Amino acid sequence: MVPTNYYLILSAILFGLGIVGFVFKRNIITLFMAIELMLNAVNLAFVAFSQSLGKPDGEVFVLFVIVVAAAEAAVGLGIIILTARNRRSLNVERVDLLKL
Amino acid sequence: MTAPLVIFFVLAALAVFGAVSLILQRHPIHSALSLIVVMVALAGLYLLMGAEFVAAVQIIVYGGAIMVLFIFVIMLLNAGLEERTNFSRLATYAGIPLALAVSGLIAAAIVRSGGHLPAPAPSGALTSTKTLSMLLFTEFVYPFELTSFLILVAILGAIVLAQREN
Amino acid sequence: MPTHEHLRLILEYLWIIPLLPLLGSAVNGLLGAKWPNKFVTGVALGSTGLSFACALEAVREFFADGQASFRKEFFDWIIAGNFRAGFDLQLDQLTVVMVLVVTGVGFLIHIYATGYMAHEGGYYRFFSYLNLFMFFMLILVLAANFVLLFVGWEGVGLCSYLLIGFYFLKKSAADAGKKAFIVNRIGDFGFMLGMFLLFRAFGSLDFQTVFAKAATWQPDAMGQFGTLTIACLLLFMGATGKSAQLPLYVWLPDAMEGPTPVSALIHAATMVTAGVYVVARSHVLFTHAPTAMYVVAIVGCATAIFAATIGMVQPDIKKVLAYSTVSQLGYMFLACGVGAFGAGIFHLMTHSFFKALLFLSAGSVIHAMGGEQDMWHMGGLASKIKVTFVCMLFGTIAITGFAPFAGFFSKDAILFAAYQSENSGKALYGIGLLAAIFTSFYMFRLVWLTFGGEKRYDEHHVHVHESPGSMTVPLMILALLSLVGGWFAAPALGNGPNYFADFLAPVFGNAEAPSSHTHSLELTLSIVAVLAAALGLIVAWRMYSGKVSRGTSTGLHKILYNKYYVDELYQATIVGPLVWLSRNIFWKVVDVGMIDGSVDGIAHGTEAVGDTVRHTQSGNVRSYAVWVIIGAIVILAIIFWPLWRPAFFVATSGGVR
Repeated sequence: MVPTNYYLILSAILFGLGIVGFVFKRNIITLFMAIELMLNAVNLAFVAFSQSLGKPDGEVFVLFVIVVAAAEAAVGLGIIILTARNRRSLNVERVDLLKL
Repeated sequence: MTAPLVIFFVLAALAVFGAVSLILQRHPIHSALSLIVVMVALAGLYLLMGAEFVAAVQIIVYGGAIMVLFIFVIMLLNAGLEERTNFSRLATYAGIPLALAVSGLIAAAIVRSGGHLPAPAPSGALTSTKTLSMLLFTEFVYPFELTSFLILVAILGAIVLAQREN
Repeated sequence: MPTHEHLRLILEYLWIIPLLPLLGSAVNGLLGAKWPNKFVTGVALGSTGLSFACALEAVREFFADGQASFRKEFFDWIIAGNFRAGFDLQLDQLTVVMVLVVTGVGFLIHIYATGYMAHEGGYYRFFSYLNLFMFFMLILVLAANFVLLFVGWEGVGLCSYLLIGFYFLKKSAADAGKKAFIVNRIGDFGFMLGMFLLFRAFGSLDFQTVFAKAATWQPDAMGQFGTLTIACLLLFMGATGKSAQLPLYVWLPDAMEGPTPVSALIHAATMVTAGVYVVARSHVLFTHAPTAMYVVAIVGCATAIFAATIGMVQPDIKKVLAYSTVSQLGYMFLACGVGAFGAGIFHLMTHSFFKALLFLSAGSVIHAMGGEQDMWHMGGLASKIKVTFVCMLFGTIAITGFAPFAGFFSKDAILFAAYQSENSGKALYGIGLLAAIFTSFYMFRLVWLTFGGEKRYDEHHVHVHESPGSMTVPLMILALLSLVGGWFAAPALGNGPNYFADFLAPVFGNAEAPSSHTHSLELTLSIVAVLAAALGLIVAWRMYSGKVSRGTSTGLHKILYNKYYVDELYQATIVGPLVWLSRNIFWKVVDVGMIDGSVDGIAHGTEAVGDTVRHTQSGNVRSYAVWVIIGAIVILAIIFWPLWRPAFFVATSGGVR
């Protein structure tokens, strides 16, 4: 049997990689994908705990996370489309109007 | 080295490989495909843990719907190779150390907390679809209805946002 | 008894005497700007005249009552712990003299001023200030404790400043006002320290309490600087400021920038006498501090001769009179210093008569000459302004001490007391006599230069005319007082009682009954004094009657003409360094640098911080992401903190279970 810790550490690693992607990628869509990666990492942790402790609540929560991620992806991509149309670029560093 | 452990390491390596590939690819479509790899690997891990329903939902919804959406958007926007701009020195220098710090903190916390959790095992009735759906429609019915509302809002939002100017 | 109650009408409401001029001042000051001159005159003269009438009535009631002194507490002003300073007024024989002099001479000068200032701008302001001065001076003389006296003391200093700088658009006048106030303040510093010391010693500042307790103390020995001596010296320091003695006399000659009625009232008859009054009032303290008395006598004597020498060569008619005032005040302090307080007050009274007369006559001359004050541009006026000439002559004879005018009796009493004093009395007498010769000289020099000889002015530019009645009538009244004012003491010459000294005896103690030996000594000294005055007259006559010209100023004359360069000395040693200190240290370093700098510094600092922090708002999503992650790390660290501590300890303690 695989110890729970292994899953949790894998989750941490994926989360860290998601952060790296979020910080370093310049394409807005890729940025979004890094966020999805982070969410997935968290889902893994939830499921690991749920199966380990024998409570199904964790998995129910995972369902909710997935639903929210879906909604977020829909709206987010809509915004990305609009931004791309307006700024004519998919580079997140070109969207810098909110500066002093 | 038992079989589950081997499968775990394979799937874990696949997930990590996919994640690294997501970061390192320059074309967003490649990043999207890498993400799909990660999700499939994770679905495999869920199966390994015994959460069949979640694994199925992961593949169907995440892989089949959300990622398809991503790919469609990449196609629509005609995204090309990523520009190599670098306007933020802070992000360049602090990015990796910070990520390391976060995962390190979490990992260290996990390790130091003693690790007295039992290994996740398929426990049959406890996490079957039936149990999950019972919970979902009795104890968690309120959040469930809220999420359906959330989806409605998201649909509306997406439609409004993506309309072409008249 | 009903009649007894009725008799004390004014005494019960003693405050009415100072209040009337205050009301006059307020009315004129607030409302008088738009009034025609005669309304202002009415209010000013009315309030002062009524005050004089009330003073007379108060004096009458006081004598009808027959008690030694009257004191009434009107309301509590300061109550702090055991200390009480109330608005308490008192009336005793000394106060009677002072109140009558202040209100009487003040009233006459007010009348004169209505004529003198008739064509001046700011007429209402002048009388408002003049009335305000009367209020404060009356508070000063009527006060029954040191604190209230000090209120009056400061108030008259203020009014002096306001009136000296009356022509405030003229820089020299404004500067003179400032100088007077500041030099006074230096003296007041000493006065306040003296008050504090008295409070510490006696626990109260009421005259009654302090003097009663002091009388029981052992007097300090000569040369011993005990509490009483130091307190007296400090009070005297205030007196030197207010009464223009060495070294704080320098403001009085400059104060001649003010209008002549001001010079007459404040700087001759009343304000400058406040110092003498204080010393006389505190005679109990001074008699217990022989060192202080000696200092008072020496300072007074030195001032008398010092100022007299300067007055001998001054060309400005008012400056001669100013130095004369300083000199005569020196005589008053000399009297107090040798213990003859009664003689000092006597001279104060007669001096106020003839000095006011002299100043007002000088004002009449100036008025006649259309504003000219330099005696070298006068001459031959005797036939043209006869009334003024006669009055001035009366005043001159009085001040020089020719019998039977007032100055003879009072100055004589002082010199006699000085001669008899055991602390270098003969020397004091000698110097005082010399100063008397000088006094006679410079006064007759003034008379001859102004009225005698040939005219040294251009008749086409100056139209000499006699002054109006409002000015000449007070002159004549004062001239009469200068003649008869000393006759209270006259019978003493013929071995009779000295009424004035007897009058003040309840306050100062009985004067020694003159034995025949001292009586003949007194007569001898009187004759010597008259001869001295005559000597001065003759020298002045030889030098200044007939045709005279100014000549150049060299040597000793130059030193005297430049007032011994005292002002320059003060400027170089005190004023100059202080101004430098204020400008370069207090202004540039402390005020601009530190205070403004810290306030501005906060603004600049905020600006700088804002300027730096602003760069975090770069609009770059990736930097924002980094900041979010940093925040997340902080929160994680806080949450996981308990996990670190035990682990840390386990790791360092080597795994002891």
